[in-house]
Amino acid sequence: MSLLSIKDLKVSFKTRRGDVDAVRGVSLEVAKGEVLGIVGESGSGKSVTSYALMRLLESNGRITGGALTYGGIDLRTVRESTMRDLRGREISMIFQNPRAALNPIRKVGHQIEDVLRRHAKATRSNARSEAIKALEAVRIRDAEARYNAYPFELSGGMCQRIVIALALACDPKLLIADEPTTGLDITTQKAVMDLIAELITERGMSAMVITHDLGLAAQYCGRIAVMKDGEVVEEGDAERLFAAPRHAYTRKLVDATPRAGASVRSLLPVDLRSPAPVLTPSEAPLLDVRDLVKTYQGKSGPVHAVKGISFTVKKGQSVGLVGESGCGKSTTSSILVRLADPTSGEILFNGEDLAKTPAKAFARDTRRSRIQMVFQDATDSFNPRHTARHSIGEPLARLTGLSGTHRRARIEELADLVGLPRPLLDRFPHQLSGGQKARVGIARAIAVDPDFLILDEPTAALDVSIQAIVLNLLVDLRARLGISYLFVSHDLHVVRLLCDHVIVMRDGEIVEEGPADKLMEMPAHPYTQELLAAAPAPPVLAEPASSAAE
Amino acid sequence: MAGRLSTVGLRITHAIPVILGVVVVSFLLTRALPGDPAVYFAGAAADEQSIAEIRTALGLDKPLMEQFLIYAGDVITGNLGNSLSTGQPVLQDLANRLPASLELTLTALLLSCGIAIPLGVLAATRPGSAVDHLCRVLVTAGVSLPTFFTGVVLIYVFYYLLGIAPSPLGRLDFIYIEPDRVTGFYLIDAAIAGDWETWTGALKQLVLPATTLALFTLAPLARMTRAAMLSALSSDYIRTARAAGLTEDKVLFTYAFRNALLPVITTLGMVFSFTLGANVLVEKVFAWPGIGSYAVEALVVSDYAAVQGFVLAMALLFVALNLVIDLTYTLIDPRIGFETK
Repeated sequence: MSLLSIKDLKVSFKTRRGDVDAVRGVSLEVAKGEVLGIVGESGSGKSVTSYALMRLLESNGRITGGALTYGGIDLRTVRESTMRDLRGREISMIFQNPRAALNPIRKVGHQIEDVLRRHAKATRSNARSEAIKALEAVRIRDAEARYNAYPFELSGGMCQRIVIALALACDPKLLIADEPTTGLDITTQKAVMDLIAELITERGMSAMVITHDLGLAAQYCGRIAVMKDGEVVEEGDAERLFAAPRHAYTRKLVDATPRAGASVRSLLPVDLRSPAPVLTPSEAPLLDVRDLVKTYQGKSGPVHAVKGISFTVKKGQSVGLVGESGCGKSTTSSILVRLADPTSGEILFNGEDLAKTPAKAFARDTRRSRIQMVFQDATDSFNPRHTARHSIGEPLARLTGLSGTHRRARIEELADLVGLPRPLLDRFPHQLSGGQKARVGIARAIAVDPDFLILDEPTAALDVSIQAIVLNLLVDLRARLGISYLFVSHDLHVVRLLCDHVIVMRDGEIVEEGPADKLMEMPAHPYTQELLAAAPAPPVLAEPASSAAE
Repeated sequence: MAGRLSTVGLRITHAIPVILGVVVVSFLLTRALPGDPAVYFAGAAADEQSIAEIRTALGLDKPLMEQFLIYAGDVITGNLGNSLSTGQPVLQDLANRLPASLELTLTALLLSCGIAIPLGVLAATRPGSAVDHLCRVLVTAGVSLPTFFTGVVLIYVFYYLLGIAPSPLGRLDFIYIEPDRVTGFYLIDAAIAGDWETWTGALKQLVLPATTLALFTLAPLARMTRAAMLSALSSDYIRTARAAGLTEDKVLFTYAFRNALLPVITTLGMVFSFTLGANVLVEKVFAWPGIGSYAVEALVVSDYAAVQGFVLAMALLFVALNLVIDLTYTLIDPRIGFETK
């Protein structure tokens, strides 16, 4: 008998433009001890389904049909007070963005105590010790000290452990994990997912893992349901789903998931796989970074963000810069794009030292147009009051002096080049989708014909199917325009698809560098090995999925 | 804790240049005022010579720099000079009148917080409901009705028509004897003396002006509470708390309200400092012997010492108030104090 059964669930939201059906007849079952993965891209209704069954929908959301049964209790009709007893004690949730999920001004220990005492799992006298036990259960070292910490004093991974401790404090039977590792570093992601899997097995819980990452779901879930536009399009064993997807959408998702052994073209649907253009880099160096150092004056002594790194980017080469948060890759890229000044070191660009020109003066330098950047957050890097046309035209007006019909023609040429339909040029950022914004960002960066483009995680916020398209666009553009890339990313699989040469950074130092294929196949440094091992591996290519439910 | 103490110390040292600046600016501003106090105090029948005598007596014939040094020296020793119009030392005038203003302002703020904060919380938890609309109407009315108007209307209704309020003439009706001065707050002094008859009398006098002021200060507080509560309630940690099955009271007060308090306290501080200086209209309407009306009267007759004393007293009060707000902040929000490290 299944622990949770969702039958023909329908949820709709009242908006200013009328009702929007977010979930349209979803049926799912979770058996005792089973781990079900729900995979889908943004807007597929996967999170809404879980909020609906917790009855935690926003006030404009409503369950319009279907049945929700948990252990014989009808969750749709049960009184709110009973529902509150169930939440946290029977069904618990963990969320993405763990730091925001915790009350910022309450000690984490007290937040756990609140839950324990609410469900009568502790009394006033033993609440503290029970809370510390709950912290120890999620393998937090020095739990007594952590009890008194506030969320802002803890790392993202540690915050997620606290959120897990909070969710599991009252021994629930069903755990719902909504994108539990989105935004965490890849090694932290692995640690957190392993912990969740371990606790699920240890306590014999059932779980629903909601994620956009098919690889992650395949690794940690026994069964996977793929959702699209509020419906479940396919459901089945993780391995079967990967090996022989039945639905076209599942096929598309499986293809688009970056993985070992894939080429950038194989991410696309079969009918779009034209041969990828090849650009052979020349031996002449374009950019030569020598002993680059950046030290900030922090409140508690100097912070060594970049500790003297040296590397070369050849003409036409695509170099990947990989590392986890805090490794110095963003500092390096903002120095190279000349938005920040290094403490010391040389940046030889076509033989001239760019570090000699201060970042403030570089905006008016003639070499400004040679180096451009595509920013990470496509939304925040646009002026919300400028149309796409205006944003793309800005560097043209400032750096090339192109005006009137010439500028207009160039903007339209760029839109064609990046595959942005011309009518969209007159839209504002909020009227464009994530993928369209990424295209505008790329068009703006290549508008002035740069020789060198720095791409700072340009696809990090995109759905995998959109990411596949944008990555292919970048490959095509590079071959066509002969631009050199510095591709900054935390995802080794993505870097491998796009780059000839890979640099791995940690704590402001380069730990390893080499040709992309060689580095991925035979990583020499333990840290590179660790990074590679932490990336979720889809089952076909790695060991069979270790189903945590077994 | 040591971190917090040093934060307090740092804040206090930050206040020193502010106070020095206030001393200089208040001195220069009063000198820049139009009108000659010597002419004013010599009277209508004075001739050139008597005006000059008075000017010498007041020290106004000396160069500006010398006047300033004398003034600064006096301030350091606690001597704020004598008021030309009352003839009393300014320090004594302020000591008499400041408690009157403070008593009025504090009572008004207590009253408006008591109404505005619950109202804002209720409005935020039930957006679009009757409470929400009531909150909106009150806020609009509070902002758009000037205090002298609400004051006069209240007097008209409660004193003239209904006759339940005492005559709006100062802090205490003449039939009561002023309580022995301890704090200068009549309500507190009367309570200390155990004189409950006087206490009631003082309270009756206080009700109308305090209500007038409260209606005015209600608006920003209710608005801010509503907005802060709404944003706190839509945050991720509230979702976590709800998903953990915490009771609605716990979610609302321990989780949402404490977070929402931060912007409310900022607004409260702004409203408080604003009202203290700006309640002169209310003081005038109710013949309240506060420092607002004192300052305006002094300003009209170019009473240098009194105006300077007023500005200085207000500056010190503002500094103290900001310090209190900062400290309240560090008590509520653990993130503050670490940032200043």
